Amino acid sequence: MSPLRRAIGRTVRAAVGWLRAASGDDAYERYLTHHARAHEGPPLSRRAFYEEREKAKWSGVSRCC
Amino acid sequence: MNKIAGVLLAAGGAIALGGIALHRHEPINALWIVTAAVCIYLLGYRFYAAWVAARVLSVDGSRATPAQRYDNGRDFVPTHRWIAFGHHFAAIAGPGPLVGPTLAAQFGYLPGTLWILVGAVLGGCVQDMTILLLSTRRDGRSLGQIARDELGPIGGFAALIGTLLIMILLIAVLGLVVVNAMKHSPWSTATVFATVPVAILVGVHLKRLRPGRILEGSALGVALVLLAVLAGGWIDAHPLLRGWFDWPSLPLAGFVIGYGWIAAVLPVWLLLAPRDYLSTFLKLGTVALLAIAIVILHPQIRMPALTAFIDGHGPLFGGKIFPFVFITIACGAVSGFHALVASGTTPKLIASESDVRLIGYGSMLLESFVAIMAIIAATLLDPGVYFAINTGAGVVGSAPAAAVHTISSWGFPVSVQQMQTLAHEMGETTLFARTGGAPSLAVGMASIFGSTFGRGLLSLWYHFAIMFEAVFILSTLDAGTRVGRFMLQDLLGHVYAPLGRTSWYPSVLLSSTLIVAGWGYFLYVGVIDPNGGVNILWPLFGIANQMLAAIALSVATAILVKSGRLRHAWVTLLPLAWLATVTTVAAWQKVASADPRIGLLAAARELATRLAEGALPAPVAAVAPQLIFNQRLDAWLTGFFTAVLWLVILDMGRVCVRKLRGLPVPASSEAPYQPAPRLGALALAGELSREGGR
Repeated sequence: MSPLRRAIGRTVRAAVGWLRAASGDDAYERYLTHHARAHEGPPLSRRAFYEEREKAKWSGVSRCC
Repeated sequence: MNKIAGVLLAAGGAIALGGIALHRHEPINALWIVTAAVCIYLLGYRFYAAWVAARVLSVDGSRATPAQRYDNGRDFVPTHRWIAFGHHFAAIAGPGPLVGPTLAAQFGYLPGTLWILVGAVLGGCVQDMTILLLSTRRDGRSLGQIARDELGPIGGFAALIGTLLIMILLIAVLGLVVVNAMKHSPWSTATVFATVPVAILVGVHLKRLRPGRILEGSALGVALVLLAVLAGGWIDAHPLLRGWFDWPSLPLAGFVIGYGWIAAVLPVWLLLAPRDYLSTFLKLGTVALLAIAIVILHPQIRMPALTAFIDGHGPLFGGKIFPFVFITIACGAVSGFHALVASGTTPKLIASESDVRLIGYGSMLLESFVAIMAIIAATLLDPGVYFAINTGAGVVGSAPAAAVHTISSWGFPVSVQQMQTLAHEMGETTLFARTGGAPSLAVGMASIFGSTFGRGLLSLWYHFAIMFEAVFILSTLDAGTRVGRFMLQDLLGHVYAPLGRTSWYPSVLLSSTLIVAGWGYFLYVGVIDPNGGVNILWPLFGIANQMLAAIALSVATAILVKSGRLRHAWVTLLPLAWLATVTTVAAWQKVASADPRIGLLAAARELATRLAEGALPAPVAAVAPQLIFNQRLDAWLTGFFTAVLWLVILDMGRVCVRKLRGLPVPASSEAPYQPAPRLGALALAGELSREGGR
């Protein structure tokens, strides 16, 4: 692989990673990592985690004018 | 090296501003404004923000943030600063910086532009960054709690009531903007309506089919709403279907009110959350596209630098340039509402205190830039066209011939033919008296996009712009109603405990109904007002928003003085003094001015007299009693805002004086210092790559 293609690949991966993190797309994976590191017992399911996260997000001021 | 860059920036900014100054008597290019803005932002960020962060706020990167101390993988998550920046910007940027500058363009392009730049760099950005840091140092507590802890119960209560009222006014005026954009426009109405089932579909996708796959769900949703823009065009061309979506404003207001109530009581995953994902993607995409298009097209600004309306008889809203330009443009320069977000979700994401400059100050700079683009989009229109779209029938009459005659007599020539051609190009039947700012912004955006990316698609671009504005106005409307509901439940819980339980259904229904009734009332009166309603509601919202900013800055000033930083307290005190002055003068004029175009009570008196004389046309006479009541109510509300504002300022003064005299003051609520964990041990959420880390 040429250095250029590697650089392009790295940029695209970084952009996708940013988009996933910024949109919350990777939130569940992050939660699993955190859970494995800091907690015992089974983690929440993907669906339960999503529901709880949305509920928490929308109980405070998170949008404005 | 940095110094050289700074000097170059200063020179660039000076040349661009000089360009604006030299071009005062001939049309200037929008690129001068963009260049001046960017240079001023970079200077503000590089020098002032850095100085405030280091010297005034004593930002300390070695101090553990709440995200690090309480990291739970859910709401407290140490997040890479650029990701947190994205979150924070998406949360603070709503329709406000688009509507305010559009309305303020009646004074010319210069006053609004200068206030957006100066207000943001010295006021709004400082407020956002300061509150963000103060909340980060206090475990992410809200502005209301911080006010209660640091000032006492009076300050805390004022912040709570202020927030609730501003929410109601904000939603009402935004609802009005959407209604005015959909009025008798089947294409717009069909497209905006279609966004509701699309959002529900995305909601079901994200909850049931593919839980949490947000990018996938949002991509699907964005594709569907773009399709809805196209489909709106087909509906508009169909003689039968067209009739189904052709509504006057009153039933449309009814739809919006009903929608708001349903959205507030439905579970968030079904409508609110997916709509918000859509609106965030559309918002970021459109803002980026607009910036690119403005640079490629670099249009001429056609509005004069200053118009004759700075003397107070402007057709969009009455009032002189001082104080009303500073009230009309709140979001984009200084917005008190941001203090709520900066003391809400964002502080729980901060991975290091040294990130607050980028996230707090930087996000507000970007919002200010959105406001600059809105003022460019408004002022590149032919001024005659701008006034014809934005002036209510109550000012120029509803007959097109009379309207163009009046507007041309102001020195802004426009013809019926020109307006008809424009309306036809945009796929609308008429563009006269489409008050509220959204249609004129959409015409401006369509002209920019159309000229840059293909002129044949003007009507599509116009309705894309309307859909874009409506989607995130409705998203603010949902979220605001919900937050208002929670706050009200909190208050009601003190009266009867079960009402405070956020999941008890009778309490949910009651509090949602009360909040929706609150904004629904103002929306209703705005709709029946022959002047369009925005002329009354928007200044009221502006006053409320600046009042909230003044409360936030008071809290910040008190904390600076209490922690022994009196010498630097001017950093928040100066914007506070300015906001207190403009808000108080504006409120005084809104209440007491004898000119019925400005004073609410004078307007109520004039209307009552004309009603008694039988001088009003029948449709106006029918609604006059409600208009009179509403104007009096608005006057009381304005007075109440001013009283709350000065109560907090006096409370702040009391605490500061006590501190300086060595008397006891409420103890600092700052969390004690804890060293941050070693960076190597910490995996930041959204770490870009090994090189991208800090």
